[in-house]
Amino acid sequence: MENLSALDPRGPVAEMQLSLIQLSLYVMIFVIVVVFAIYTFVLIRFREKPGDTHIPKQVHGNRALEFIWTAIPILLLLILAIPNVMETFTLADTGIPENGEEAEAEGEEAEGEEPLVVEAHAHQFWWEFVYPDLEVNAGQDLYIPTDRRIVVELHASDVIHSFWVPSLAGKQDNVPGITNDLWFEAPEEGVYFGKCTELCGASHWLMDFKVLAVDPDTFDTWAEGMAEPDQELTEPEGEVAVEGREIFEANCIQCHAVGEDGGAEGPNFTNFGERTVVAGFLDYEEENIHDWIRDPASLKPDNQMPAFDENTISDEEMDALIEYIDGLKVLE
Amino acid sequence: MSNSTASSKKSVLWDWLTTVDHKKIGIMYFFGGLFFFTIAGIEAMLMRIQLMFPEMGFLGEQTYNELLTMHGTTMLFLAAMPLFFGFMNFVMPLQIGARDVAFPFINSLGLWLFIFGGIILNISMLAGGAPDAGWTAYAPLSTTSPGNGVDFYVMGLQVAGAGTLMSAINFLVTIVNMRAPGMSMMRMPLFTWTTFVTSMLILFAFPALTIGLLLLMMDRVFGGAFFDTAMGGNVVIYQHIFWIFGHPEVYILILPAFGIFSEIISTFAKKRLFGYSAMVFATMIIGFLGFMVWAHHMFTVGMGPVANAIFAVATMAIAVPTGIKIFNWLLTLWGGRISFTVANLFALAFIPSFVLGGVTGVQLAMSAADYQFHDTYFVVAHFHYVIIGGSVFGIFAGTFYWWPKMFGYRLSESLGKWFFWLFLIGFHLTFFIQHFLGLIGMPRRVASYLDGQGFNEMNFISSMGAFLMAVAFILLVINVLISRKNTDNVQDPWDGRTLEWATTSPVQEYNFAQTPLIRDLDALWYEKMSGNGKMKAAEPLDEIHMPNGSILPIFIALGLSIAAFGVIYSAWFVIGAGLLLTFAMMFIRSIKEDHGYHIPVSEIKKDKGEG
Ligand code: HEM
Ligand SMILES: [Cu+2]
Repeated sequence: MENLSALDPRGPVAEMQLSLIQLSLYVMIFVIVVVFAIYTFVLIRFREKPGDTHIPKQVHGNRALEFIWTAIPILLLLILAIPNVMETFTLADTGIPENGEEAEAEGEEAEGEEPLVVEAHAHQFWWEFVYPDLEVNAGQDLYIPTDRRIVVELHASDVIHSFWVPSLAGKQDNVPGITNDLWFEAPEEGVYFGKCTELCGASHWLMDFKVLAVDPDTFDTWAEGMAEPDQELTEPEGEVAVEGREIFEANCIQCHAVGEDGGAEGPNFTNFGERTVVAGFLDYEEENIHDWIRDPASLKPDNQMPAFDENTISDEEMDALIEYIDGLKVLE
Repeated sequence: MSNSTASSKKSVLWDWLTTVDHKKIGIMYFFGGLFFFTIAGIEAMLMRIQLMFPEMGFLGEQTYNELLTMHGTTMLFLAAMPLFFGFMNFVMPLQIGARDVAFPFINSLGLWLFIFGGIILNISMLAGGAPDAGWTAYAPLSTTSPGNGVDFYVMGLQVAGAGTLMSAINFLVTIVNMRAPGMSMMRMPLFTWTTFVTSMLILFAFPALTIGLLLLMMDRVFGGAFFDTAMGGNVVIYQHIFWIFGHPEVYILILPAFGIFSEIISTFAKKRLFGYSAMVFATMIIGFLGFMVWAHHMFTVGMGPVANAIFAVATMAIAVPTGIKIFNWLLTLWGGRISFTVANLFALAFIPSFVLGGVTGVQLAMSAADYQFHDTYFVVAHFHYVIIGGSVFGIFAGTFYWWPKMFGYRLSESLGKWFFWLFLIGFHLTFFIQHFLGLIGMPRRVASYLDGQGFNEMNFISSMGAFLMAVAFILLVINVLISRKNTDNVQDPWDGRTLEWATTSPVQEYNFAQTPLIRDLDALWYEKMSGNGKMKAAEPLDEIHMPNGSILPIFIALGLSIAAFGVIYSAWFVIGAGLLLTFAMMFIRSIKEDHGYHIPVSEIKKDKGEG
């Protein structure tokens, strides 16, 4: 699938990793070809022929040969080890990126722009993205601008998870009690798929998220909207939406915040209406939203959201609720 | 039971339950391992059915995670290791010309601890939930997992692990002390050498497992907080402790296979092993490096670039001794007269399969690239390539090779070839494609995958391969059952080179009537070439001292298992009762005088047909 594969990189980090993978692949193909060639030759040439009973010469060994097949692998490994060590350090450096040599040649400052810091908090089984400098909290979708380096600080609130966006960057673990970080850049606009790759419980396989790389202006609009949402979101007009807001306040707001109000036990809803998936994996359709609220555990086992049956939220109320949350948008 | 005639009157069952004969213990390890291999294989098939199509509802998520954990744990601890222990127990003492192992009683205890440990683990499935945190049981997923599943994991492995450790010590002492006259260390067959190095690895690695499990137990059962970050615990420590054990563990699983291949390749090429001493040193170096590289399982955990770089380079270094081995095997074949028996087919198929697994290992060792590989299907493909293409092929090769020695009949070669080809094709079909699944974005340990992400076709193909392997395995079972009439030519069917082929098949209880005198590497081959083809005796024919059987090991193991259940259900009384039983049995063992018995010369002569 597009934007999910490590073989189809869409940013410098994934590209760097792919080229390491390719380098190792070429070296390994060389090894394989050599071994397979000797192997095939030996098996054909020295197979027992019918009636053959000769006793082969009992050879002890051969120092020169043994030296050669010790030395050559050491050389091959050096070819792999050196770039690997260099890139391991490059990838670990989450400081301010330097502008490329071209920029320097043009007389610009060598210092680049400060990277955008995002905290990725992993929960069983959803992602929360906090932008400390922008005072934004977002659930499930990681919005980033295309013009800046992104530094992701990784946190975990329950068990170990692991943050992976194959087409942009390799993974790092979200470990409780420890803060890891990684950086990447996404120069092209697009939606990139991310996954949790550390077994974290029953719904581990459903712990997906999306990275939305947007142009810098859109990103700023988004960030402003998230930090200070339109009054309309918290005090909506229109009968149905008002009713929806009331139901939301009665049932959902302790966990799902809209703007400043509400808890963070669950994903933030300020821009819920702009999601393309529900709960990280269901197509964004009214029916799916409905089913999810009625019985989240049947769709995503062991997840922390309680079920809301008809006694708590009637069918009509549900329609109003969905209409309200569907209207929560910050970009339009 | 003061003489052999009295013991032969006891029932067959009693005989097997009380035996301290290394050959019978080896056979029980073998069938125990085969039994658990079957169970773990069924678990694998269920997982592969679930993964055949996207978003399948064949297994629930929780069940999938339980099967995943049980499959991995069972395959590693209850199938592969015991199957090797079966061969080690049976073959190694024969290969060094010994009458028995150093501590026959401990040997039997080790076996029963393995069996009871296996039972404890598997009972979890009936007792309301198997462990579900993966075979690595990372904290805090394992410490917070509800139910008793993980407790079963902890106690089952603790009991089985104690047995493994005992057996390893026993093997070490046996090899050091009980070699026949003339068998210097550098004349030992390669399989004995790998048994030796493997046992060293167990000796140093298993205590780490014991500690890791103990800490898990503390957290789960007794409210400790080693891995509770809210109370100042550290969850990464668990990973270090686990992999300090876990990485050597994979060498524990592969070195014995290397030994088996060395025996088989040289036998069926009819050549002495090329570069014998290099093979021995490579084995030791692999064993040593195996301890230095554990953190390559943790590149993404946040150890920092310095640690990642060091562990990356150290890991790559293992490719060098491994490469030496591969080329030595190829050169052993070079100039030989290669016959393609089923045993040899598995040994030959091992070379390319394992090379494929080995090169992906080097790729994984590249820390910066591992950020893409780690915890994806690429890894699943890699370790199945080394574990199946290495260990399991080794087990199958050894099975066909030593079967006549162990059971007194030959497995059918023609049925065996069907088994071989189906298994080989199935294996590559299942796992080759998984390299790509990982690279295009499929994480491992997922109970299913969404439709439309591009994983469908490859998963389907992978499952088809698994079915082929299952069919092949059934052919092996059929082969075992229908080949029983092939009892001719079992004493030395392959024109063997090492000592186990100098005794009778099946082997008499005292192994060798007279301890053989070893005059060179490949002792039997040497006598075939420069003597009359029979081993020279190192001692005059005399009565043979044998140890008595004992029922105590089973009860010691039973007592520990009862205590284990006590821990699982936090029942102090049960813990006490179990430990009491164990200590009572140990007490009996230490006060009871038991001098064993002697086999008189007349009987040995009768066995030899001279009576
Ligand atoms: C019969 C052929 C086999 C098949 C079809 C098979 C299939 C599988 C599958 C589907 C998984 C789960 C992968 C995931 O969800 O990430 C798995 C995991 C695993 N398998 Fe196998 N397997 C086979 C043989 C073996 C053997 C012979 C061994 C070892 C002796 C083994 C060791 C493991 C281990 C250690 C895991 C990982 C468990 C974990 O992550 O906790 N497998 N296998
Ligand atoms: Cu997760």
